[in-house]
Amino acid sequence: MVALTYHAPDSLEEAVQLLSTARQPVKVLSGGTDLIIQMQGLTQDERLVVDVKKIPGMRAADWSDDHLRLGPSMSCSQFTKRQDIQAVFPGLVEAAYLIGSTQVQGRASLGGNLCNASPAADTIPALIVNRAVCLIQGPNGTRRVNVEDFLTGVGKQCLASDELLVAIEVPKPAARTSDAYLRFIPRTEMDIAVAGAAVSVTLDDDGVCSNARVAIGAVAPTAILVPSAAEALIGTKLDDDALHAAAAASSQAANPISDRRGTVEFRRHVVGVLTKRAAKIAANRVGAV
Amino acid sequence: MNGVTVSAKVNGDAVQYVCPADESLLDVLRNRLNLTGVKEGCGTGDCGACSITLDGRLVCACLVLGAEAEGREIGTVEGLSEGGKLHPLQEEFIEKAALQCGICTPGFLVAAKSLLERNPNPTEEEIRYALAGNLCRCTGYDKIVRAVQSAAKIMRRGKKAAR
Repeated sequence: MVALTYHAPDSLEEAVQLLSTARQPVKVLSGGTDLIIQMQGLTQDERLVVDVKKIPGMRAADWSDDHLRLGPSMSCSQFTKRQDIQAVFPGLVEAAYLIGSTQVQGRASLGGNLCNASPAADTIPALIVNRAVCLIQGPNGTRRVNVEDFLTGVGKQCLASDELLVAIEVPKPAARTSDAYLRFIPRTEMDIAVAGAAVSVTLDDDGVCSNARVAIGAVAPTAILVPSAAEALIGTKLDDDALHAAAAASSQAANPISDRRGTVEFRRHVVGVLTKRAAKIAANRVGAV
Repeated sequence: MNGVTVSAKVNGDAVQYVCPADESLLDVLRNRLNLTGVKEGCGTGDCGACSITLDGRLVCACLVLGAEAEGREIGTVEGLSEGGKLHPLQEEFIEKAALQCGICTPGFLVAAKSLLERNPNPTEEEIRYALAGNLCRCTGYDKIVRAVQSAAKIMRRGKKAAR
C-alpha cells in the first residue's frame, strides 16, 4: 500500500478544509471495502485518507416531512435492519442486502457504493428509481445532483477533488407506490451483478400504473434511467403486453460489454427479463401496502 | 512513517498501539497485539478468515485500517472462551469434526457467534446464507452447518436452564 496520512475529522467544515488544502491526492474513506483494496495495488505517491465516519449525521438516516435523509457512511447492515425504511423502500433495502457478505455489509456504505461508481453497483439503480438526490458540499457551499446525473463513467462521478458527498435524499414516494430490485448472478450470493434492474411503480385505485421509473445496472458504463421502459408501463395495468414492451425498452437501452461474467447478447436479454419481473414485484408490493 | 496512536478495547480489555496509517486492523491484531487467531486468507474481503466484530458488527479485519479502531470495541476468536471453558460453538466444531486444516475456523466461529446473537434459532438456509462470506476449502461446509445447528440447540437449552 502507498504511504498514507490518516485524518478522521469530526466536522464537515474540517473535512472540506482538509480536502481543499491537501497537497497530496485525497481519498475519502467510509466503509473501505473498495477503497482499502484499491490502495493495496498502488505503489507510489503519498495519499491523504479522510475518514468521514465521525462527522455527525454521516451514519444516520432520518425522516423529514418529505424525504429520507441518508448519511452516506451508513453501513449496509445498519441500513437493512431499519424496518421503517424497508416498509417504504423495500427495493432499495433488498439492493443493499445483496452487496457482498455479512462481513462486507458490516462496513460497506451506500455513499461508498455510489461514489465508487461501479457499473454493477446494486444500490444505484434502486436509488435512481426512487429519485434520490446527492447533496454535495464544497468550499463554496452545497449543490444538489440527481443520482442518475452524479455518475459520469466507469468508476467516475462528478465530485470535484474538494467536494464531499454529505447526504443522499430520497423523497417520500406518492401513495400506492413501491419498488423492487433484481439482479442476475450465476451463484446464490457473494457475487457481482451480471445485469440488474430496479423498478418503481405507482398504481391508482383501479390498478392502472400512473407513474413509473425504471433503471438498469451492469449493462452500460453507469447505471442508467430508462424513460422508454417507464413509458411502456404508464397507463397500463401492467399486463403482459406492457411488461413485454418495458422489457424490450430496457434491452434496447442497454449498452453492455462481453466479459467472463456474461456476453452482450445475454446481458441485453436478461436485463429485459429482470425489468419485467421487478415491475411485477413492485406492483404486488403496492397491493400489499 | 505517519504513526497513529490508537486506544481501543479488544475482547473487553483496553489496548493501546501505534501503527502506520496504512496498516490493516488484521495486521495490528496479529503482529502488534499477538492475537493470531485472526487469519489472513485473501486480504480482499472475500474469504472471511479475518472475521472479527467491530462495535458488535461482523466485519473483515483486512478491510479495516488499524487507525479506524480508535475508541471502538473489537471482538476476536480469542474472546469466545470464558475462564478457560470453550464456547459451545468451539465444543461442537470439535465434536462434529467441522474443521480440517483450521485456517478458516476462527472466522467461522466469530461469524457463527454473531449470527446466533442475532438469531438464536436459524434455519439451515439462514446459517448457509449468514456464513456465505466464510470460505472453507476442506470440509465442504456440511459439518460446519451441523456444528452451528448443534451449538445453537445447546445455547438455547442453556438459556432456558438459566431462566
